Amino acid sequence: MSAVLEVKNLSVSLIAGNRKLVPVLENLSFSVEAGQTAALVGESGCGKSMTALAIMRLLPEGFVVTGGNILLEGEDILTLSPKRMRALRGNGMSMIFQEPMTALNPLFTVGDQIAEVLRWHQDLSGAEAHARAIALLRAVQIPAPERRVTAYPHQLSGGMRQRVMIAMALAGRPRLLIADEPTTALDVTVQAQIFDLLAELQQETRTAIVLITHDLGAVAELANEIMVLYAGRCIEAGKTENVVGHPRHPYTRGLLGCVPHLKLGPHSTRPWSDLAEIPGMVPPLGARGTDCAFLARCRAANQTCRSHPQPALEPIASDHEVSCWRKTELVA
Amino acid sequence: MTALERSEPLVIEAPELPAQRVVSPAWIAFSQFLRSPSGVIGAGLLIILVAVTIFGPMLYQVDPQDIAGAPFTAPSADAWLGTDYLGRDVLAGLIYGGRGSLTVGIVAALITIIIGLTVGALSGFFGGIVDAALVKITEFFQVLPPLLLAMVLVTLFGPKLSTITVAIGVVSWTSAARITRAEFMRLRNLDFVKASRAAGAGNAYLILQVLLPNALPPVIVSATLAIGVAILFESGLSFLGLGDPNTISWGLMLGENRNYILDAWWAVTFPGAAIFLAVLAISLVGDGINDAINPRLRRRS
Repeated sequence: MSAVLEVKNLSVSLIAGNRKLVPVLENLSFSVEAGQTAALVGESGCGKSMTALAIMRLLPEGFVVTGGNILLEGEDILTLSPKRMRALRGNGMSMIFQEPMTALNPLFTVGDQIAEVLRWHQDLSGAEAHARAIALLRAVQIPAPERRVTAYPHQLSGGMRQRVMIAMALAGRPRLLIADEPTTALDVTVQAQIFDLLAELQQETRTAIVLITHDLGAVAELANEIMVLYAGRCIEAGKTENVVGHPRHPYTRGLLGCVPHLKLGPHSTRPWSDLAEIPGMVPPLGARGTDCAFLARCRAANQTCRSHPQPALEPIASDHEVSCWRKTELVA
Repeated sequence: MTALERSEPLVIEAPELPAQRVVSPAWIAFSQFLRSPSGVIGAGLLIILVAVTIFGPMLYQVDPQDIAGAPFTAPSADAWLGTDYLGRDVLAGLIYGGRGSLTVGIVAALITIIIGLTVGALSGFFGGIVDAALVKITEFFQVLPPLLLAMVLVTLFGPKLSTITVAIGVVSWTSAARITRAEFMRLRNLDFVKASRAAGAGNAYLILQVLLPNALPPVIVSATLAIGVAILFESGLSFLGLGDPNTISWGLMLGENRNYILDAWWAVTFPGAAIFLAVLAISLVGDGINDAINPRLRRRS
C-alpha cells in the first residue's frame, strides 16, 4: 500500500531578527498509510505542532520550511499553488485543533460551520448540506443532532465542541487527518471517548491520522507507529509495541516513566513508586548545538555522548530506530 | 396509605423537553441593549426626531421656503416658533431641515464606514506591504485638519448636499479604519480563523464571513457615533457659509440667522437645540450599543 503522507527530511526554521535561521525542526521523516495512525510524541516545544502546521502549510509568520519534501499521495505540497492548496485543505487533509473552546466561530451555529465546509468541497445545495451536517453530528455521537445543529458554540460543552471540530474536519472526507493534541483541553473521561471515536471513524473512512500528543498512554492504544521528538529532532521511531514495549532512548524511557499507573488494591503486583519526572527543560530555540540535544538531562550520558555530535537515527531492530550512542548498552 | 406503601411502581413519563430556543448573538445583544437606560432614552429621542421629520409636514403644512409673515416675528400662534430674517417659518424649517441634516449624517457615516472597513480589513488581514501602504495613507488623512480639508473639497466642487456628504465621509474614515485594522489583527491569529483556513476557506471567505462579523461590534459603535459627528460637521460647514443654499438644514438655518441672534434668538436657538438633541440621542444610542455588545462592560454593570 502506498503512503498517504510522506514526510522526507523536513526542516523548519525560525527567521530571527538579524536574518539568522534558527532551526526548529531538523530532518524529520515519516510516512502514514491509509487507515493507519502515526503519533508524534514529545514535550512542549519539541516541534510537534510545527510539523502539523508545516504539513498544512499554515506555518505562522516568521517560520519557513528550509528543506525536505512533504508528499500527499505523491503530490509535493510545498510546491503547490495557493489555489490548489486551498482545495486540498479540508478535502485532502484537515486538522483538529487543540482548543475546542476557541476553534469554532462564536457567531455562527455549528450546523452552518459544518455546512460551509461541505459546500466548498462537495457540490451540495443548502438543504443537502444541512442534512449532511446532521448526519455528521450523529456520526460523532452527539445526542439529538437535529437540535444541536442550530446551537451556537457557547451552548456546547468542551467535549461536544471537540466532536463538532472532528465532524468539521471529517466533513470534506479527507485522506489525512492531523489531530493536534485533540484531547489536551478535555477531562480524562472525555479523552477516552474522543480517542475511541477517532479510532472508530478511522475504521470506516480509512483516513490516515497523524496524532500529536504528549500522552504516551493514549498513543499506545491508538497509534501504529510512534515518532518521539526531542528539541526538533526525532530521537526514536518505530512500531508502537517496539517503542512502548522496548524503549531504548533514555528520553523515551523518561516519558514512559511519567505515565501514571494504577497500583492500588490487594491484588496489585507492582510495588508503590513515585511518579517519575525528567529533570530540566527542553533547550530553547537557538541553544541547540550539534551534540545530543538530550545530553544535559540524560542520566545515562557518558564520555562518548559528550565528545560526539548527535548520532543519526539508526535501526536497532526491525521497525525500530534510535538516535543514541548507548542504544545497544541500554536494553530494557 | 402513604406513598411509601403504595405497591404499583412509580412511572415517570419522559418529560417532553421544551425545544431549546435558539438565541443568536445578535438577539442577545439586542435584549441587552433594551436593558441599558441611556440606550433606550437615546433610541426614544431619535425615534421622535425621525418621526417628526417624516410625518411633520403632514401635520404642520407650511412651506419652509415661503415667506410666512414679517421678519423676526416672535413665537406666536401664527408661527409657533417664530420667523427668521426673511420671514420664513422656523418650525417648518426645523422639520424639513431635519431631513437634510439626518440624511447627510447617515449617508456620510455610511461612506465613512465603508471606506474605513475596506481599508482596515485589507490592511489588518494581509499585513506586510499592503498594511504598511494603507497605514501610510490613513496617516496622511489623519494629519490633515478634517474641517479645513472638507472646506477645501466643498469650495472646489461646489456647495451641493451630495458634495458636502462625500466630503464629510472622505475626511472622517480614518478612525474606523484603525479600529477595523486592530480588530482584524487581533482576530487573524485566533484558533477559529486557523481552523477555518485549515478546512479550506479562501481569503475572501475569511475576510467577509469569519473576520468581519467578529470585528463588527466596535465598528458599529463607531459608525453610530460617526452619524453624530457628521451632523456636527455639516452644521459647521453650513455655519461657515458653505452649506447647500437650496436644501434647508439645521446648520444652514444657524448660519443664515447668526447675525441676528440678538434680535431674534428663536431663529438660532431652535436649530441649535435640534442639533444638540440629535447628536445627544445618537451618542446615547452608541453608548447603549457599546454596553450591549461589549461583554466586559456587560459584566461590570
